[in-house]
Amino acid sequence: MLSRTADNLYWLARYVERAEYIARILDTTLRLTALPLAYVGSTNEWESAVATAGCASAFFETYDEANEETVIEFLAFSTANPSSIRNCYENARLNARAVRTALTIEMWDAINSAWLELRRWGNGPSSREEFARFLRWVLESSLRFDGSAYRTMLRNDAYWFSRLGVYIERADNTARILDVKYHLLLPADEKVGGPLDYFQWSAILRTVSALTAYHWVYRENVKPWLVADLLILKDEMPRSLASCYENLVQNLDRIANAYGRQGPAQRHARAVRARLENSSIEGVFQSGLHEFIDEFVEDNNRLGTAVTQQYLL
Amino acid sequence: MFDEMRGSGDAVRPAYTALSQWLTEVKPDVLDFRRREAELLFRRIGITFAVYGDPEAQERLIPFDVIPRIIAAKEWELLTRGLEQRVKAINAYIKDVYGRREILKAGIVPDDLVFQNPVFRPEMNGQKVPHDIYVHIAGIDIVRIDADTFYVLEDNARTPSGVSYMLENREIMLRLFPELFSRYRVAPVENYPDELLETLKSVAPPSAASDPTVVLLTPGVYNSAYYEHSFLADKLGIDLVEGRDLVIKNDVVSMRTTEGLKRVDVIYRRIDDDFLDPLVFRPDSALGVPGLMSAYQAGNVTLANAVGTGIADDKAVYSYMPEIVKFFLGEEPILKNVPTWRCREEEHLSYVLDNIEELVVKEVHGSGGYGMLIGPKADKASVATFRAKLKSNPKNFIGQPTLALSTCPTCVEEGIAPRHVDLRPFVLSGRTRIRIVPGGLTRVALKKGSLVVNSSQGGGTKDTWVLDA
Repeated sequence: MLSRTADNLYWLARYVERAEYIARILDTTLRLTALPLAYVGSTNEWESAVATAGCASAFFETYDEANEETVIEFLAFSTANPSSIRNCYENARLNARAVRTALTIEMWDAINSAWLELRRWGNGPSSREEFARFLRWVLESSLRFDGSAYRTMLRNDAYWFSRLGVYIERADNTARILDVKYHLLLPADEKVGGPLDYFQWSAILRTVSALTAYHWVYRENVKPWLVADLLILKDEMPRSLASCYENLVQNLDRIANAYGRQGPAQRHARAVRARLENSSIEGVFQSGLHEFIDEFVEDNNRLGTAVTQQYLL
Repeated sequence: MFDEMRGSGDAVRPAYTALSQWLTEVKPDVLDFRRREAELLFRRIGITFAVYGDPEAQERLIPFDVIPRIIAAKEWELLTRGLEQRVKAINAYIKDVYGRREILKAGIVPDDLVFQNPVFRPEMNGQKVPHDIYVHIAGIDIVRIDADTFYVLEDNARTPSGVSYMLENREIMLRLFPELFSRYRVAPVENYPDELLETLKSVAPPSAASDPTVVLLTPGVYNSAYYEHSFLADKLGIDLVEGRDLVIKNDVVSMRTTEGLKRVDVIYRRIDDDFLDPLVFRPDSALGVPGLMSAYQAGNVTLANAVGTGIADDKAVYSYMPEIVKFFLGEEPILKNVPTWRCREEEHLSYVLDNIEELVVKEVHGSGGYGMLIGPKADKASVATFRAKLKSNPKNFIGQPTLALSTCPTCVEEGIAPRHVDLRPFVLSGRTRIRIVPGGLTRVALKKGSLVVNSSQGGGTKDTWVLDA
């Protein structure tokens, strides 16, 4: 297929995934800030949200203070922030328009309708309640797009490149959450903080839709090292780094089979997957969770570059 | 004034009987509801275009009128024969103009009309094209004056557009008005993409593989006709490429794919000549492909439509079309031209100046309905301006009588009222034959009394029904 088409499909998937991620962060932050301070400690959750979205430096160039108003404006509706929900949908639609022939009608409809709806939200909601509805709408729109891709696309290279975008972005997003909150995810032998931290850990789980899932995997109370284990190493958890890489290896192999050639992207993805498969959470904590995540983010970026150079240029 | 439904009197013409009946039965709010649904559907499908220079504006739709325009089988049969003849003549003319120039030597068409025409492409002199076909896709604009008289208003031989509207209009009508389709046998149009693909493949260069690779070359998402480009590529099952996706090596055209370079044999190009190749035409064009003309001249790729076809579709050459048909085909033209006064000729110029208030005066190289004067409707100042323009540069103008184009019932604010319409059938010329899908795009001037149907000036479209029997 045309390289530019594959590139657009890849980025289209990334933008939609990113929009959903930002919406989840905002949703979680709203929840946390709804709790009395005594329950969440003294962190500025809005500042934390911006960091989790990976936009901290850009944010502080424009705004002095991270609060509900400024962060919602920046992360959801800003036309200046390239990763705002608004811009994610604008870019997604632009990409979708450029590759209409590679999308099914359902997928086009999902993106185009979302974009048309987005304009109705104007410059932002007038109340918290309306904003909560907006976030739910974003999640639904992303689901609709992802679902229509999954249900209607032919299983060929167009589909696989699209999935690569989803999983590289998702892996990056999960890694960011871990990166921002790593100081909360303490290992088993550390003296764990009091009941305050429970709300932080469950917030992390909520951001990746895993609060209930956690209990089905571990069957015990929320423990920080198990939260880390779930998000990094557990295959069953669809947003974990391990699961993302299982899917990346699979989709890259399918492309390789279709084209009759393996390449650096396939090899790199396999190496990262192997490392995750062979790790244990104790081992991760021993070498340092923060260092582990940093290395992973770098590896993930390298995969993105490898895919681009191999197929999309 | 001739009305498509009522003719010159009050009696409903046979083709419209069932429609007329239905219009009396349907409740106005039902009709209104379906109209709005149609607009919603168009937006969801995304058949919109951005208005240049206004980032905040909603994307624009070309208004769609839900009342179809109906053409009887016999009427269509006549049109088909006339269209085939006309397009054959156009192709013969273009070949002659870039080749032996017999028609110029015979003194039928003045030299300067060719050589001083800004769209004449010397690069095409003596250039052979597969099967001598230059205009693979023609849009011939036709108007009707009375029950038996059709005129060709304009030939479009470069990058005629509108076929996506023809196809989507039909889809929307099928969806919204199934009851109407049960009362009529309407010839289908959905095979247009198939016919187009066959046509394009049939003109692949001799060096192409047995299954030639066809692509559609678009200027990109910011072009107002972009929807049509993506729509057609989708239906044709071919890649939609931009200039930057193509690469020329050793005079062979390839596109960048995820598996490396893949050879391209036929390019359905929706980019004007001017922007096609910065090494030959406009050097500032970022839309084209450097070296494309070289590959074209080497015979390694077919461009549809060929470069330089503009020489056959300006308003001055138009006036010579009857002579052109006679010269190359030895036949009387089946479709008539609108009587035209060529202001380059003194007698004609005097006539136009004397009668300017009753005439339509058009710039030879104008398009989109711009640059023209509609005598009967113009104010004194505009008339004076045009008089001056005519006197200073008569070669640049033609005059035509104001035509009473036929009208067709249309949904307007006051209800249903007659509005002027034209018709643009699309004529496909391939190696073995000419194919014309029944119907085409009917354009309607939505403003009361307006004769300007172009979408850029507020025109809309209708579904066109050619009856099967």
